Amino acid sequence: MVSLVIVGATGAFLFWYARPALKAAGWWGFFVHSIWNPSAGRFGVGGLLIGTIMIAAVALLVAVPIALSTALFINEYAPPRLRRALVGVVDLLAALPSLIFGMWAIFALEPHIAGIAKWFSEHLSALPFFQLTDQSALLVKSTFEAGVVVGIMIIPIITSVSRDVMSQVPREQCEGALALGGSRWGMIRDVVLPFGRSGIVGATLLGFGRALGETIAVALVISLVFAPQPHVLQSGSGSIAALIATQFGEANAQARSGLVAAGLALFIVTLIVNMVARIIVNRAAKRGGSRIARITVAEAVDDMGI
Amino acid sequence: MSHQVITLPGAGHADVLSVTHADEPKRPRSWSRRDVVELLLSAVAAAGATGTLFVIMDWRSLVAATIWWFLLFVVIYRIEVGANHGPIVAADRMMTATIAAGGLICFALLVWIVSFVIGKGLPALRPGFFTQDLSKVGPLNPGGGALHAIIGTLEQVGIATAVVVPLAILTAVYLHEMKGRMAPLIRFIVDAMSGLPSIVAGLLVYTIWILQFHRGFSGMAGAVALVVLMLPTVTRTSEEILRTIDDGLRESALALGAPQWRVIARVVLPTARSGLVTAAILGVARGVGETAPMILTAFGSPKTNLSPVTSPQSDLPLFVWSLIRQPNATQIERAWTGALILVFLVLALFTIARVLGEASFGRSRR
Repeated sequence: MVSLVIVGATGAFLFWYARPALKAAGWWGFFVHSIWNPSAGRFGVGGLLIGTIMIAAVALLVAVPIALSTALFINEYAPPRLRRALVGVVDLLAALPSLIFGMWAIFALEPHIAGIAKWFSEHLSALPFFQLTDQSALLVKSTFEAGVVVGIMIIPIITSVSRDVMSQVPREQCEGALALGGSRWGMIRDVVLPFGRSGIVGATLLGFGRALGETIAVALVISLVFAPQPHVLQSGSGSIAALIATQFGEANAQARSGLVAAGLALFIVTLIVNMVARIIVNRAAKRGGSRIARITVAEAVDDMGI
Repeated sequence: MSHQVITLPGAGHADVLSVTHADEPKRPRSWSRRDVVELLLSAVAAAGATGTLFVIMDWRSLVAATIWWFLLFVVIYRIEVGANHGPIVAADRMMTATIAAGGLICFALLVWIVSFVIGKGLPALRPGFFTQDLSKVGPLNPGGGALHAIIGTLEQVGIATAVVVPLAILTAVYLHEMKGRMAPLIRFIVDAMSGLPSIVAGLLVYTIWILQFHRGFSGMAGAVALVVLMLPTVTRTSEEILRTIDDGLRESALALGAPQWRVIARVVLPTARSGLVTAAILGVARGVGETAPMILTAFGSPKTNLSPVTSPQSDLPLFVWSLIRQPNATQIERAWTGALILVFLVLALFTIARVLGEASFGRSRR
């Protein structure tokens, strides 16, 4: 109940101060249209909403394989000393400010991204997302680049949550699998991964939620466009959080009301993602076996403190 | 793994090996010289193939080269081990290589990012950076520094920490020591707070503090946003720390007739002290780098502003954020130096927290 009040209060305050902009733009139009012209009272975050979700999706594609490998390596392969060192590395990766990731991405990662994006656009253009509308288009400051950076940033949370879940596997089952002559990978495939599946899904969704709210790194990396940009490799992308961060300084009262409304949209989306995550994890827990896992998800998230 | 698995059906033509080594004890996870040779050969073969590919295609990127090398390596390694030991061992080895790569990637990323920041930030680091602000230097002039930002960071993070630490420890004590009826609820609220995107936390403080109560942008507003963001971290870490304390300690104190508040104040908290300090430091490490909410609350300013309660105040993240987006080399250089200080702060806080944490963990275990 109290939590509902807190969530409700956040929603209510944002909503109250978003009202002028929402009224000007139309309640439904604000979430559907893709335009940002505060002086004319025209607001719409439709394109940015799509961009935000696309960046987070790319981030998951980058982060999940790396995070799962790291989690398995730390849990099942690494000798104790290496394990402690690697846990430190992952924690430190989580502790670095978002700002640093963004700066590193612009100055160090961007040239590599351009090359990789070029290769994708030449060899995988059969896939609609990898097509370019304009062959001379810039291939940096794109959804892809932002997705890669955000992906790197959410590796720690996915690693630590799935690691905690997978360390709950009953050790006898693992040893049983090995004793039956299974290889280590066989044990992971047939015992560890099935046991940890719901936790891994939960970890992935938590990573998705974090990716949606990621602000500064995205704001530094992308060049913000308001129209939906389905071509992930091409310059220009949208992100609600980045919009708020980049526009706030120069905005007047009317525009700031629009930004609060955009923040409200972000708040609603992250709330929905978190709720869906909780429902999935709870349902998996009901099926049994994952009760411990569910508790550790919540705890591990807070241990990370990202 | 090689010798153990070969007796399984489908293990291919590796049975010869099992005959020759039949009576030796099997150490499934040890690596024979032959295994190492296979690994190295595959790595070299993949490197050769990658090199050829890059020369032919005239590619440059080291990152792309590494990706290609790894893909080729995994394929070659799988074929080679498959030919020598059969498919089960081959799958196992291939996945071992893939999974180990995950850990390696994390390590490489961390080293790359930190070394890059050091390389970019160190050239412009001079003593003046800590004693001057940006109010009197033009964007193109040399000189100027981050004094105003450092003062802002100290004040904002200091105020936030002073509020967060007692509050978080009290909450953790309530959650774990008193185990009150409200505990699950409060835990849930703390959970909900930790899921809040930092920019939304900033907007929340902006609407309440600045729009509702007309306080104006200030370091204090920034500190309030930091409290919202640091509180969940410190609370849950503190709770974990309290959990590591042996129940025997509490029970003996209670058995000696001490009331609960005394047990907490004289036994539990002193035992947990270094662990709680760790929790606080981790919270500070998180707060130091927060940028997004500060844009909406502290706002930033090029002048030194000693007062956290009146008029906008800068801090290190805001300093870097405002300069890195400007199109001239002097400003960007300043931003990198600011970033270097930030990274140094985070690394230092993190190391201290880890050393202290290990000390407290070792003691509570004994």
